[in-house]
Amino acid sequence: MQVNEQTGFVPTIVAFCCNWCSYAGADLSGTNRLSYPANIKIIRVPCSCRVNPIFFLRAFQRGADGVILCGCHPGDCHYTTGNYYTRRRMTLLFSMLDFLGIERNRTRVEWVSAAEGQKFAETMRSFAEEIAALGPNRRLADLRCREDAEEGRDEHAV
Amino acid sequence: MLYLPSVKLNAFLEKTAEKRKLYVPVDEEPGKSSYRPWEPGVVVSRGLNTVRSAKDFFFPQTENLAGFRIQNKKIEVLDPRKETEDFAVFGVRACDAASFGILDKVFLSEPVDTYYKNRREHGLILTASCRRPAETCFCSVFGIDAAEPGGDVSFTDDGNGWFLASHTDKGAAFLGEVASLLEERDESGAEAAKAKTREIVARLPLSGLKTDSFGGGKTAELFDRPEWAELSEACIGCGTCTFVCPTCQCYDIRDFDTGREIRRFRCWDSCMYSDFTKMAGGNPRLTQKERFRQRFMHKLVYFPENNGGKFGCVGCGRCLRSCPIHMNIVKVMKRLSEDDNEQ
Amino acid sequence: MRYNEIAAAMIARAKELLSDGTVNRVIGWKRGEFCYDVTPAVFETAEELEKDFVYDAFCGANVSKYLIRESEKPGKILCFLKPCDTFSFNQLLTEHRIRRENVHVIGIPCEGMADMRRIRKAGIDGVTGIREEDGGFTVETLYGEERISVYDALAERCLSCKSKRHVVYDELIGEEGEDHPDAPRFEQVAKLEEMTAEERFAFWRGELSRCIRCNACRNVCPACICENCVFDNPDSGISQKAAADTFEENMYHIIRAFHVAGRCTDCGECSRVCPENIPLHLLNRKFIKDIDELYGVYRAGEKADARNPLVDFTEADAEARVVHERGKA
Repeated sequence: MQVNEQTGFVPTIVAFCCNWCSYAGADLSGTNRLSYPANIKIIRVPCSCRVNPIFFLRAFQRGADGVILCGCHPGDCHYTTGNYYTRRRMTLLFSMLDFLGIERNRTRVEWVSAAEGQKFAETMRSFAEEIAALGPNRRLADLRCREDAEEGRDEHAV
Repeated sequence: MLYLPSVKLNAFLEKTAEKRKLYVPVDEEPGKSSYRPWEPGVVVSRGLNTVRSAKDFFFPQTENLAGFRIQNKKIEVLDPRKETEDFAVFGVRACDAASFGILDKVFLSEPVDTYYKNRREHGLILTASCRRPAETCFCSVFGIDAAEPGGDVSFTDDGNGWFLASHTDKGAAFLGEVASLLEERDESGAEAAKAKTREIVARLPLSGLKTDSFGGGKTAELFDRPEWAELSEACIGCGTCTFVCPTCQCYDIRDFDTGREIRRFRCWDSCMYSDFTKMAGGNPRLTQKERFRQRFMHKLVYFPENNGGKFGCVGCGRCLRSCPIHMNIVKVMKRLSEDDNEQ
Repeated sequence: MRYNEIAAAMIARAKELLSDGTVNRVIGWKRGEFCYDVTPAVFETAEELEKDFVYDAFCGANVSKYLIRESEKPGKILCFLKPCDTFSFNQLLTEHRIRRENVHVIGIPCEGMADMRRIRKAGIDGVTGIREEDGGFTVETLYGEERISVYDALAERCLSCKSKRHVVYDELIGEEGEDHPDAPRFEQVAKLEEMTAEERFAFWRGELSRCIRCNACRNVCPACICENCVFDNPDSGISQKAAADTFEENMYHIIRAFHVAGRCTDCGECSRVCPENIPLHLLNRKFIKDIDELYGVYRAGEKADARNPLVDFTEADAEARVVHERGKA
């Protein structure tokens, strides 16, 4: 479990992994007994291209502090070109989140093949460290869903 | 008559805010204001009307009604209510003040909406007369006097200050609270200011609008008029008119699962939305024409029919300013009663 | 050409096309109560055109979205499109949403559209009439006459007009205009990019927290053409009638802008209709700027057979991390 030593903050991280490469990569890191932080919740998707911006936003709404998307390396997509579309889509989404002032390091895309168990574990470790250092997601969280948040919304503030 | 000179406004607001939360209209930019919590340093807008109406204080856009937490086989009901805090709204215009009379008919008749009722009881309405009505104003059409805004305490603006008059017990008690800041002045000043307002209102371009063709009992006459099709043809089906309207009061109740509990909240809904009347088995209002007709029939026919002839519009003109395609109740009334309202 | 001359030419041509049977309807703008509150409308006879048809500095509404519905009806409809409207029309053609054979397009010149909000922002209210004279506007109000320069009265989107050239038409009234590739469309976006993340966050909170979720920006948008919007579909899990939390304000506006990314022609209707004056076009322009910078300049609607950059790729595309490596964090 990745914890911020100073604040005691334990981040929640969602990792969308494509079925053909990255999910298998996670599997390989498991069979190789490589550890990665238990904060990471993996959601398997058929292709990285299945992930649309709403997935990211929903994850943040529901309490994620960081969201990472992993898919096959460009050129290796099981469906030939899915991850190329993902790349453009996520680039624009991350840019928009950055434009709205959301901390830019809360989102990431990494290409992890089925043979890269080592890379998977390392990527997850470094991402979890980064999110732990960043602290809890407040700017893009639904305060209703956060146990640690005081709701400050004034119903009268018109 | 009691008088508050402009120079004492800040002292007055400070005194008012001692016992309750105070909201005042603030200019976001010239010509556009909104209500904000008052605090020292906040400059009160002298502009006409806020973009959103004062109904928001009594019937907020979203409001938590109840919560539920399920543990094992037990359901715990949570009470998120907080509508019993005292507050005051300053600078409410005659149109918005009159809108509370319409909302009261809906929310305070049986079964009483206790959320609304509590807010009404805990809210103090400080109104302001209009000195510079806009071309979009037509409150006089519905018998509202911009010079006599009513509320708990009315403020008649003479340009240098305000003549104060209380209209309710709550208002009288409040005047006692701030008495030390008020002066005694001759009533003639207030009358002169009112006369000036009325003189401007009389020459507003929409003040001559006739309502004779509308009111209770006109359903059969108006419902199938062919003009509805052309009036509604450009409507894009957004909810702008209903959300800025001080008298629109439709809402939806929804649940939100926070992961720990269920929040039951209500939020404004709009009859202009395609799913407003969607239900099992279909939707009785299939096209924008029916939805559009509903909004205006409600304000001009159904509401007066059920409420002793009282129209469901106060002529604040917000929809005239905000509608993306500039279709509004004035154009509807004129089109449907061309004999009375020559174009 | 002045607006009154253009309008006269439009009405004359529309009457001709109606009488020779080329079209059976005309979509344009209808006179309102005041000088500024025109409504898009369909005209069927010469009398209606004579009586209520207007074209002036307040005809900012983009009528191309109405053609989705109108072009399905029997007979041909005549539509008048300003240069920026033609981009929206072309984009809709690209997406096969308009039956081209049922529409007769006349391109009309545009000198920029006035914005009542900017006039009110200049402190002028109670407007009862507006005259264009001496290179500006004379505004009659209930409280006397006021003057305002054309620049101060023009809509923000017109100050950074991208093109006065029509990209699609059957015939033109007046002279064809020119593209303005150097229009300062991205100045404000660039200014925001220069800020720190914290400042940007504060800026957008200030803007988006005013949103009342009236959906006007979505419903007016010529690129928002889904039959059932994800925000209206309770099964989507994210449908919301009102933003009950600040997150939902962000969510709605990010997704609204994202769903039209690569298809948005930057017509500016979203910002025009927002009752709360939220500069929504900045979100769309951010996407356009990013696309231009990362994938090459692309102008949605310019060519009817163009491929939207979001359904296209090259192997050499930048990785998503580029956005983390530039500008201020």
